[in-house]
Amino acid sequence: MSLKVKNLSIGYKSKKQETVIAKNISFSLNKGEITAIVGINGIGKSTLLRTIANIQPKLSGSILIKNKELSNYTPLDLATKISLVLTESIATKNLTVAELIALGRQPYTNWLGTLTDTDKAKTKEAIELVEISDLQDKRCFELSDGQLQRVMIARALAQDTQIILLDEPTSHLDLYHKVQILKLLKNIAHKTNKTILFTTHEIAIAIQLCDKICILNTEESFFDSPCNIIEQHHFEKLFPTDTIQFDTGTASFKVT
Amino acid sequence: MHQTKTYKFYFLGLLVLLLLLFFINISLGSVTIPFKNTLATILGNNSSNQSWSYIIWNYRIPKAITAILVGGSLALSGLLMQTLFRNPLAGPFVLGISSGSSLGVALLIMGTGLFSSIFSFNIFNNISLIIASSLGSFLVLLAVLSIATKVKDTMSLLIIGLMFGSITGAVVSVLSYFSSAEKLKQYTYWSFGSLGDLSWYQLALLSIIICIGIALSIMSIKPLNAFLLGENYAQSVGVKIKKSRLIIIIATGLLAGSITAFAGPIAFIGLAVPHLTRQIFNTTDHKTLVPAVLLYGALLMLLCDTIAQFPGSDSVLPINAITSIVGAPVVIWLLIRKRKMVF
Repeated sequence: MSLKVKNLSIGYKSKKQETVIAKNISFSLNKGEITAIVGINGIGKSTLLRTIANIQPKLSGSILIKNKELSNYTPLDLATKISLVLTESIATKNLTVAELIALGRQPYTNWLGTLTDTDKAKTKEAIELVEISDLQDKRCFELSDGQLQRVMIARALAQDTQIILLDEPTSHLDLYHKVQILKLLKNIAHKTNKTILFTTHEIAIAIQLCDKICILNTEESFFDSPCNIIEQHHFEKLFPTDTIQFDTGTASFKVT
Repeated sequence: MHQTKTYKFYFLGLLVLLLLLFFINISLGSVTIPFKNTLATILGNNSSNQSWSYIIWNYRIPKAITAILVGGSLALSGLLMQTLFRNPLAGPFVLGISSGSSLGVALLIMGTGLFSSIFSFNIFNNISLIIASSLGSFLVLLAVLSIATKVKDTMSLLIIGLMFGSITGAVVSVLSYFSSAEKLKQYTYWSFGSLGDLSWYQLALLSIIICIGIALSIMSIKPLNAFLLGENYAQSVGVKIKKSRLIIIIATGLLAGSITAFAGPIAFIGLAVPHLTRQIFNTTDHKTLVPAVLLYGALLMLLCDTIAQFPGSDSVLPINAITSIVGAPVVIWLLIRKRKMVF
């Protein structure tokens, strides 16, 4: 078990008050599994990912990575366990693809960031796995959204962590590229035995491709394999039923 | 990464150019000294004219070294700020360092005029200007630093720095309004910037401070590269954000603050040089960029100083005006040619 979340509450803390966005989140992820977090806008999908990545503090509950509490990791230690692909764009798109991916090796390089042969090999491996060898010398502002997303995934792979967290990796992409990216992620999880957790609004694709799904709700979250979640009728509660209904037979949403 | 080898030639070329310009700079000035004799004097040949030797060793060489230190440090602090603030228009003074030192100097020159009965003795010498300027920039930097440890967002830090600049600018305006024409002129002269007033002793002190600043910058090369991805990504590859940010700000404070204290506020070098450097060194890796901006900044500052001496004339133009006249068109040219400023 690589990531275990128990009774987690997420939200924002200020001196005066605590704003809880979602609570009672529990799940545990195994090696080689790809898991999607779904839920309506504003329910806290990104907040959950940011909390697991230690970008923002949790409110209560526990996050265990390799049986060790998240807060006990130093930033450098954590960087060898979790890598990220966020929705925010990188600060400068003047980086070349090769430079960007090599930055994923920072947790392992010396104080000057010199790349060793191992670092170069890992970078090359990541580039080949994501099939972007032809883009290596391009600068990031020359890339399309789909290409850039693959590059960011390659950077996360180069970081060589057990867990990869991705925040809406398929937004801005057309249907073909959405499926392409998610299939790539699934392949990576199954081939390299990594634990992949991502947020998405593409529930229909997630049902078909993911090993596990976590439905995020304010009071309670549900976590299981897609088939079990369908059988337990959890998708029905995802949206207000007077607008959208879930059809169990075809595993898809219908406008009412 | 595989390009590092070709950059060696660029570095070598810049170094040769810097040396050449150094000698040209020394051989020019209001007193005409033949290039041959200049070289002979530098190489330790004492047979030439005694007063020439005095001018070269006690005036021209310190000034040329000052120019190299000023150019290099301002360019480096410009690079640090552009990367930290993810903003191509950031320069060494975005944190209010120059406005802080302006305030210090303005208080010294014009403020004391208001209390002339208390300060009857003459304190307007070089040393007191340096102390006032350092105190001013140090206090502003301290204020910014104390905020930097609290604010998580780097962009708000940039705005806070600009606001500090506005406040100190306003105070300077009020002081100017109430001070005499003579005091005002004195202040204006300081704001022109000057490379020529440093003794060997002061030069040594300045070099030590700048070396510390450069050392801190070299320590920050790895976090600087990570900051190119943005702060959240930087944290995810193991960078301690607040600590790294603090070191970068302190380095900038030492570099830009000490330069402003010793040579006055000098515009545009810090903003323009990192962009010019990126034209030659086609990389975003700070391992290459840090030494490159140091060299390039020193080179450009020496060139500006050579122009300011106005070859063949007695007068020396204000260095701050020259850097702006050279710097501003360069930035405009870059914008037109590249359509956008990237960093």
